[in-house]
Amino acid sequence: MQMTMIEALNSALALELERDRRVVVFGEDIGANGGVFRVTEHLQNKFGEERVFDTPLAESGIIGTSIGMAIYGLRPIVEIQFAGFLFVCMNQLVSQAARIRFRSAGAYTCPLVVRAPYGGGVRTPELHSDSLEAVFLQTPGFKIVVPSNPYDAKGLLASAVEDPDPVLFLENIKLYRSFRAETPTEHYSIPLGKANVVQEGTDVSIFAYGAMVNVALEAAKQAQQETGTSVEVIDLRTVWPLDEDAIAASVEKTGRAIIVHEAPRAGGIGAEITAVINERCFYSLLKPIGRVTGYDTPYPVPGQEDYYLPTPAKVMTALREIMEL
Amino acid sequence: MAISNATLAGLTRTQLLEMHYMMSLLRRFEEKSAEEYTRGKIGGFMHLYIGQEAVGVGSITNLLPEDRVLSSYREHGHAILKGMEPRVVMAELFGKSTGCSKGKGGSMHMWSNELGVYGGNGIVAAQLPMAAGLAFAAQYQGLNNVTMCFFGDGAVDEGAFHESLNLASLWKLPVVYMCENNQYSMGMAVAKAWAVDSLMPRAAAYNMPGEQVDGMDVIAVYEAALRAVERARNGEGPTLLEIKTYRFRGHSMTDPAYYRTREEEHEWRNTRDPIGIFEKRLQEQGIATQAEFDQNDARATQVAEDAADFAENSPDPAPAELFTGVMVDNSTALSFRRERE
Repeated sequence: MQMTMIEALNSALALELERDRRVVVFGEDIGANGGVFRVTEHLQNKFGEERVFDTPLAESGIIGTSIGMAIYGLRPIVEIQFAGFLFVCMNQLVSQAARIRFRSAGAYTCPLVVRAPYGGGVRTPELHSDSLEAVFLQTPGFKIVVPSNPYDAKGLLASAVEDPDPVLFLENIKLYRSFRAETPTEHYSIPLGKANVVQEGTDVSIFAYGAMVNVALEAAKQAQQETGTSVEVIDLRTVWPLDEDAIAASVEKTGRAIIVHEAPRAGGIGAEITAVINERCFYSLLKPIGRVTGYDTPYPVPGQEDYYLPTPAKVMTALREIMEL
Repeated sequence: MAISNATLAGLTRTQLLEMHYMMSLLRRFEEKSAEEYTRGKIGGFMHLYIGQEAVGVGSITNLLPEDRVLSSYREHGHAILKGMEPRVVMAELFGKSTGCSKGKGGSMHMWSNELGVYGGNGIVAAQLPMAAGLAFAAQYQGLNNVTMCFFGDGAVDEGAFHESLNLASLWKLPVVYMCENNQYSMGMAVAKAWAVDSLMPRAAAYNMPGEQVDGMDVIAVYEAALRAVERARNGEGPTLLEIKTYRFRGHSMTDPAYYRTREEEHEWRNTRDPIGIFEKRLQEQGIATQAEFDQNDARATQVAEDAADFAENSPDPAPAELFTGVMVDNSTALSFRRERE
């Protein structure tokens, strides 16, 4: 069935609620309203207020209670209204959820899924467009998943719910309704921690995730048509832990790498991928690694957004440089 | 030498003597911990429960094995009272592999799934929303468990306190909030930190019953906690108890305590010691004798010594233990890096 990412996520949540009574879904305005973006629409009607419910505006309370639930037999899936609001509950996420397994030597696990819309391109302001994934790279214990299309979103969310550790599930706002893709109505899962080779190529590897996968594909198409360059596009799907094997295998093949993400450049996923490539396959590199990213500024106002975000044109510039065209 | 069958607060003589023993054990255990810390056997920070024994003993005596306990970093006593072996607690303090968290948690992180002990927490008030979540999970799964959450007077100034109490009251969760008001959040006196002079207005703000209790009187704590636990177990929702107590030692082992006078400390130790108060009462009512107290104390001292010996003679965790328990499997980059090294 053709689904938007919203519909795919909604379908995944409904199936998880149906399959497993331990699953509860809660957050701000997710009940009757179905959430700001309607990802949880109709779920409360279908599964009742006992399992799908609204909370007060208390992010720290939401995450804190969900940790308590997760370490005592439930499988909470919580929505934080925008990824920018994750800052409000950082203590519970970073100091508690991520560390409970380690500090209890495995006595407790924290099977918690935190869903949060992130990313730019729809004229939302700062704190409503921020890409915060790199903040959590320094938080051992968290898995960070960022789907790039409806099919992946549904399968990855199923895996996130089944995972025994806390998963931060970041949903790109622009991708929510921008296109439909063939998505099974029944349950299926896509493993966490594994990247996906979206398009095979031989000259240069582009690593991207979330909305930037389509940006990379668009640039790859243009590069093929205009310059005959064969581009390999890899969708990371999970940005932590990184699929280092997939990254190394691709760079060993192509000898060139470009990383695209909308988060700021400094200390970002791109920086980490660059380091991984240096550690694992430095001598395969024919050219310095390229990065096409957001700038090291707070997320800008709508009028400057198009300038801020990576575009196929910006990726093309990087491609021409790395291919010496 | 008058030993009667008299009871106190419905507790039998055996139960009362057991409570006395547990108070003695917490005292001797913490004294031993302090000694080992000074000897350099325990690293990091350590927060002693000395002076507050009546709070833990009076309240946890009311709990069943399946009930849940969360606490702050002053939690050695709570873990022992919930059934954790003193040896296992001491080994965790030493950072040894025989500790409850295999030496990976340390003083602030006593955990046991079997015993329902959920820490210890290094962040003030972080355990409060988690307590509401545990209580929610119990209620959702149809378990008749009570969650008892200990925290200090500093925690009530954190936002997490308010978010937790609001949610617990809203959802009528079976939680007992135990504020151990030892009158200083580190060096900050309650009088300087709170805009109100008691927790009662804050209980009222979240539409839950509150009680102020003399925390140096183990029986008073027992009775107040009993009411709160029964409310929770009967599905009547959460209760906030403000237990007024005093820590006889510093905030941690490295606290110079410039914020209070030595006279004040002596006054409390000499006239308000919870163990002394309890002994006096038991003797006056002809329930127990000094000889029995001495016997309890000797046993407590011996158990504390044994715990320290056990910890000292236990093995350190293997270095590779560092890489376990971060995430469930070996699919992490972390384990991959370790393999590559």
